[in-house]
Amino acid sequence: MASRHQLGEPVVVVAGVEKSFGSFKVLKDVGLIVRRGETVCIIGPSGSGKSTLLRCINGLVPISKGSITVAGREVNDPRLDKLSLRRDVGIVFQQYNLFPHKSALQNVMMAPIHVLKQDKAEVEERARRLLAKVGLSDKLASYPGELSGGQQQRVAIARSLAMNPKVMLFDEVTAALDPETKKEVLVTIQDLAAEGMTCILVTHEMGFAREVADHVYFTDGGLIVEHGPPAELFGAPREERTKAFLDKVL
Amino acid sequence: MSAGATDLPVLLPYRAPAPIAPSGLAAPVLLGGGTFAAFAILFGASLALAQVTARPAGEGATTVLLRWAPLIFQGFLFNILISFLSMALGTLIGVLVGIAQVSLVAPLRKTAWGLTQFFRNAPWLVLLFYAMFLLPFEFRVFGLTIAFPAWVKAIIGLALPVAANVSEIVRGGVRSIPSGQWESAEALAFTRRQTMWMIILPQAFKRMIPPWMNLYAILTMATTLISVVGIQDGLTITRAALVAESRPELMIPMYTLLLLMFFAYCYPIARATMALERRFNVKA
Repeated sequence: MASRHQLGEPVVVVAGVEKSFGSFKVLKDVGLIVRRGETVCIIGPSGSGKSTLLRCINGLVPISKGSITVAGREVNDPRLDKLSLRRDVGIVFQQYNLFPHKSALQNVMMAPIHVLKQDKAEVEERARRLLAKVGLSDKLASYPGELSGGQQQRVAIARSLAMNPKVMLFDEVTAALDPETKKEVLVTIQDLAAEGMTCILVTHEMGFAREVADHVYFTDGGLIVEHGPPAELFGAPREERTKAFLDKVL
Repeated sequence: MSAGATDLPVLLPYRAPAPIAPSGLAAPVLLGGGTFAAFAILFGASLALAQVTARPAGEGATTVLLRWAPLIFQGFLFNILISFLSMALGTLIGVLVGIAQVSLVAPLRKTAWGLTQFFRNAPWLVLLFYAMFLLPFEFRVFGLTIAFPAWVKAIIGLALPVAANVSEIVRGGVRSIPSGQWESAEALAFTRRQTMWMIILPQAFKRMIPPWMNLYAILTMATTLISVVGIQDGLTITRAALVAESRPELMIPMYTLLLLMFFAYCYPIARATMALERRFNVKA
């Protein structure tokens, strides 16, 4: 899939980012560039700071040093308009985090109505379209508790898309799913990427990363050890650590 | 030495008895009925005893009791009224203080925490005295005098510990919602206030209901404290009736009658609380 569509200007630029929790350095000098329409996968062993990096990109976790810009906006700037940042950056979590007291449709509609103050009828129409897109037209009125993990995760994707983001972040979104439901979520993401949505995925699905990514980053110990197109990184890794990791997981 | 192989007196660990009926409703209902029956038997027996032991064979004990029962019941209804009003006031204040307890503003959070701890760990009767004797009996606002009768002060006095307990219930309920809810709300650009009112509190609400009902039942029973500060509640009237009749053998039947009224009111609340807890546990 690499370079199947024209890549645009950089949307997310991470440069020299460091993040510590107390005395523990989770990220040590991390840098990456994601262009418009690009699909980037971040792989690496657990605890290497992948999820933290994603949370830094949409400002959920403040960084200790360095710079992150999203669509030209400095995320670390204290005067940053968080609302406009989060409009541009959608995130989907491993544990779905749907609002359990709201139906699937309401979950998708809530933020556009209350945060973006958009017209309710218009939002509802868009929400229905998005849920249809993720294959859940028949589950509009279902509550999260009545849906399978895969269905919940697809509602979560629709919920993020309802904000019309420029970038979508996926944080190990299939890690809690069984193999069958995993597939339906991966297909949804693949469709999104094919439509030209800029996606950053933290994933343990090596096969999927290889297939869908334009660029793959391998992180270990808070550093980006190696990066490149999937064919190169998976086919001929240069670094010993990358090799050792791939040998273990493939 | 193997465990349990000693002839020394040892304190065995406390083992909670198995729940009486984890699924069915029948047994607890029977149990409640049994308790009620026990009370009724005690009541009947004490009444019969009073009947036969009345020294100058005067009026029958039942007759006396029947004469006073409506008045005692009126007093009991007054207790219920006080419990409603204290609960309403206490809940109103408690919810606000509870939300302040999870505020991001440190001074507000700490003040709310301090108030909660102070009133939660104070004896209810002392707080009641506090309210009775420290609040003025009337207010003057712009030359207008507003009376502040004892029963209003009593409501405030009882509302203080209720508010503190409600505050803790709210704090606990909010804390029990997984952090992922806050995180995803934040990622969708909800403000903290919107997150609290639209996402966290609606979910926490149903977890708060059972402890809140439990608190209400406790408050209802505690309303008899107001008789100590001279308000005409069910207990005051019962005592006055006993004084008026000056027949010591009527003491047990009279108090039991009052107990039965409270039991008949509070036990169903306790049952409903348990039923709700069970339902919410299953649905979680």
